[in-house]
Amino acid sequence: MTAPIIGLVWVVVALPLLGAVLNGLIAVLRPQAKSAVSVIGPGVLVGAFIMAAAVVVGLAGLPPDAPQVVRIWPWLVAGRLDVDIAFLVDRLSAVMLLVVTGIGSLIHIFSIGYMRSDEGYARYFAYLNLFVVFMLVLVLGSNMPVVFIGWEGVGLASYLLIGFWFSDEQNAAAGKKAFLVNRIGDFGFLVAMFLVWNHVGALDFSTVLGAPWVPGGALVTAVTLFLFLGCAGKSAQIPLYVWLPDAMAGPTPVSALIHAATMVTAGVYLVARTGLLFAAAPLSSAVVAGIGALTALFAATIGLRQYDIKKVLAYSTVSQLGYMFVGVGAGAYAAGIFHLVTHAFFKALLFLGAGSVIHAMHHAYHATHSHDDAQDMRNMGGLRRYLPVTWVLMWIATLAIAGVPPFSGFFSKDEILGAAFARGAAGQPIYYVFYAMLVVAAFITAYYMARLMAMTFHGASRATAAEREQLHEAPWSMTGPLIVLGIGSAVAGVLNLPTLVGGHAWLEHWLEPVTGIATRLSGFRPVAGNHEAVLVGLAVLVGVAGLIAGFRATTARALVPAREAAPDTGLARLVYHKFYVDELYERFIVRPIVTFSRVFLWRIFDQGVVDGVAVNGSARLFRGIGWLGSRLQSGQVGLYIVVFVVGAIWILRTILG
Amino acid sequence: MAEIELVLRHFLASIGYAHWILHVLLILPLVGAVGLLLSPGSWARWFTLVVAALEFGLALGLWFAFDPTNGGIQFETTIAWIPGWGISYHVGLDGISLFMVLLATGMMPLLVWGSWHSIQNRRRGYYALLLALKAAMVGVFISLDLFLFYCFWELLLIPMYFLIGVWGSANRLYAATKFVIYTFAGSILMLVAIIAMVWLVGRSTGTYSFDYDHLLSNSAALGPAAPWLFTAFALAFAVKVPLFPFHTWLPDAHTEAPTAGSVDLAVILLKMGTYGFLRFAIPFFPAFALSKTVSAIFVTLAVAGIIYAALVSMVQPDLKRLVAYSSVSHLGFVMLGIWGSTVESVQGAIMVMLSHGISTGCLFFLIGMLYDRRHTRQIADFGGLARVAPLMATAFVITAFASIGLPGLNGFVGEFLVLLGSFGRYPLAVTLAATVVIFAAWYLLWAVQRVFFNPMTNPENRTMRDVDLRELAVLFPLVFSMVWMGIYPQPFLRRTEAASRRYVEMVRPYLPPPANAAAAGAAAAVVEARP
Repeated sequence: MTAPIIGLVWVVVALPLLGAVLNGLIAVLRPQAKSAVSVIGPGVLVGAFIMAAAVVVGLAGLPPDAPQVVRIWPWLVAGRLDVDIAFLVDRLSAVMLLVVTGIGSLIHIFSIGYMRSDEGYARYFAYLNLFVVFMLVLVLGSNMPVVFIGWEGVGLASYLLIGFWFSDEQNAAAGKKAFLVNRIGDFGFLVAMFLVWNHVGALDFSTVLGAPWVPGGALVTAVTLFLFLGCAGKSAQIPLYVWLPDAMAGPTPVSALIHAATMVTAGVYLVARTGLLFAAAPLSSAVVAGIGALTALFAATIGLRQYDIKKVLAYSTVSQLGYMFVGVGAGAYAAGIFHLVTHAFFKALLFLGAGSVIHAMHHAYHATHSHDDAQDMRNMGGLRRYLPVTWVLMWIATLAIAGVPPFSGFFSKDEILGAAFARGAAGQPIYYVFYAMLVVAAFITAYYMARLMAMTFHGASRATAAEREQLHEAPWSMTGPLIVLGIGSAVAGVLNLPTLVGGHAWLEHWLEPVTGIATRLSGFRPVAGNHEAVLVGLAVLVGVAGLIAGFRATTARALVPAREAAPDTGLARLVYHKFYVDELYERFIVRPIVTFSRVFLWRIFDQGVVDGVAVNGSARLFRGIGWLGSRLQSGQVGLYIVVFVVGAIWILRTILG
Repeated sequence: MAEIELVLRHFLASIGYAHWILHVLLILPLVGAVGLLLSPGSWARWFTLVVAALEFGLALGLWFAFDPTNGGIQFETTIAWIPGWGISYHVGLDGISLFMVLLATGMMPLLVWGSWHSIQNRRRGYYALLLALKAAMVGVFISLDLFLFYCFWELLLIPMYFLIGVWGSANRLYAATKFVIYTFAGSILMLVAIIAMVWLVGRSTGTYSFDYDHLLSNSAALGPAAPWLFTAFALAFAVKVPLFPFHTWLPDAHTEAPTAGSVDLAVILLKMGTYGFLRFAIPFFPAFALSKTVSAIFVTLAVAGIIYAALVSMVQPDLKRLVAYSSVSHLGFVMLGIWGSTVESVQGAIMVMLSHGISTGCLFFLIGMLYDRRHTRQIADFGGLARVAPLMATAFVITAFASIGLPGLNGFVGEFLVLLGSFGRYPLAVTLAATVVIFAAWYLLWAVQRVFFNPMTNPENRTMRDVDLRELAVLFPLVFSMVWMGIYPQPFLRRTEAASRRYVEMVRPYLPPPANAAAAGAAAAVVEARP
């Protein structure tokens, strides 16, 4: 029954693992052997992609509802618990496999040019390969603990890569922050596993999803809410999104692969994977969609006033992840995954494009010994003349994210908007609110993207003449992957062309055996065709309006380089400082915990009460008693006689009584 | 692989391994200690290393000769010692103590190798004490006679006292005295309780004996004295664990002890307390120990300790103190797992004991290496070390993540099993304890950042050298074990399963039913009904 190729799915994971080990050894033993790294690092990824494609082809030849479980070895076998390292190859993990290895390959190739001159080149590829290993384990895990290995493992890789240039305190702190905030989510994942175990007595997906959950019951609601806490951590949703913008401290290809295209989408994937549970918990699903909508709007707003090109894209990612959560929250799991796929293309492209820009700016500053910020858009302007390929490709991605047809983002975003609206129409009016929030967010998205393009590529150049001399397009190893991503961003919409335009919703049908039941169970009904046409028209209108407004508003103003710019004031300042959320967390959560631990728990309680009063206090007490006893033995015979006589009299009196 | 195991098992059987191994493990370090004192001082290190390696090599046979399907005592021997008082030399090993013995003997060569240059004065005495300490440790875990057990338990204090008091750092006398008096105060109560038990059981059965099996099978005779006796045992063990709030001797002892002392404290000494609960305190008095109130007290203290110690650890300026408090937190998991009283949670508790030994031991080795180089343990004195010592940084980061409980490394397996297995009985406590995944990452990664990352601000660190081959030889087996136990813990879990099951079956009649027994039962029934 099993296609033999599927049994070899472990090779997909083993190849990057081999790469991580080899590159790690090179990093330790011969860090200067960069050519070997350039071959091994991307090579194992391309190999993994080919292998993954073969596995998916094998899967496609099987009956659609036959998920394949490949057991590798027993892992946690204790008492009633029986957890194997086992991979689940079904149509959902197949999509993720291709995205991870495919986009991963492109970004690995791009990294050759981008990171080549870094002294930690081998270490970089070791980490990047390691990330892919864990990401694959995450999407392939056939039970919750194995997914959790990947889940925490990608957090580890992310920690290492954000803090890649660890000698800078900000980078090291950002890596730590990312891991810590993610761990808050991981706590939720753990508790969800305990609840599931307690109720079902197993942790593998087929048993867990097939267990008799009471629809709308407290238990399934609790499980899904705890799971979503995990998703909110990994996928940077309110209130745990704060780590992602800081994560931009890592090398830009890392931002593209980990913090845009793959890892951060793990939460969306997990909700889709456990869709049957979420479908049985309408309250949790509404929470998922609500948080998603709120995050989409909130993060987009922050993106409006950022000057760091990567920060804009980071908030954009947070915002787009919000869209995906509205999709899966509304029960349109396939739509959420569809947006995940298209977003992987256009957001990876945007980040790598930004990387190409930063690379050029950095090179120019380096050559002219300038200390300006190579990521500040105020220092750019007019770059389309120097980076024409990047410019065109970035526009494609911008049109895609803004939802302009026929670019990919249009189709996927539209499905999510439609899903939210449909939910509202199906008797849950709160989803109308979510829909409205997403429409507003769509306008803002188009606006900040047009602003980014205008500030970076259009208008007059704000670089000095000497710097302009040095600006040039990146080498082919970098623009090549960009072009592939550009094609993907443009046409990935065909994966799931809606029936409205004569398509066959291919991705939705492909995922049907995995997510279809959950979608039906959640009570999801798509909107009628004529309504859909109106919604689509509105969405396109909003996107185009946002683009025009953003572009015109940005080019209308005279821009000056960052060092000459006046600081923002009023509302703009508030938005620029991201509504001071980080500062609030620091002030009201982090610092109180540290101070409480230091002052009260350690100094007062541990050293003062437990050790001081109880332990050393009792020691002093006994020493005091001893001292009293020693006072009696003063060596003065007179005192002894007095005591002796008094005692003797007392004893005689007692005896003779 | 299985064939090699089979061949080895046959070989070990042919040389009568099971009959002599425990005695040899006990005597060899003592003979070594005496031999060391008689031999020239310049031989001390090599001599000890050879003895330690021999000891571990011999102990390794236990891994193969041990029968995982047998939950009872294996390698058992009973020889009358003081028959008039019912005292015998009764030793044996089961799935609970197996790994404690392997851990104690396995750490020994690393201890010698790891502090090769750290000890400059009175080497012979130092190594002789280290060997004596090892004998006492092995003795504690294999004794099945309470008198014998008590002897080893107390014997252990003496070498430890001198190791801290003579070879420790600045405040060593205070720490050594505190350690001895604190733990002695606990164990003297245990002695009284042991004698009372022998007397009470003897009065009702007519046989006055310190033998473990005898006392265990007749523990019903203890009657109304059981709560008092349990309290005495529990105090002795709780101090050793150390269970919050009996923990303040630990940071002092850890901080002042030389590296080998810190490692031994963390790896073995702390496990004696939790081992005592599993072997003696709970099996002797299950009805009282597992009653609702007493369980509530211990689970509360365990969880309080887990979180409290993590928070206090976070703000420590001294690396050794930081790790010392983290030990209190980890041992809280062991206590929680013991009271969780399911096969999963008890196996988890044993796994936490084992993996805490390995990862915390490794952290102390690393801190020792830092101290050897820079003569400071203050976090503030470091910063940016990964630049000059990348290998050391790598080892430290891996060990830190093992300690944090990253799945795929050893720490996760035990903690996960403890939490999972205890959840049914104590859902709230487990949920609270699980928050430590956040705090553990906080205190360790913050420390990692301030020691190995960040800019290098202290010029004295600029010339610090990375680990050399000798140190690498110490770190590698430890890091390797972390990965091995993390991705393939089956060989370990398999060997602890039968004994844990036997233990849980023994205490099950005394357990209050879990709060949601009905729900759990119904769910289990549904699952079993599935084809």
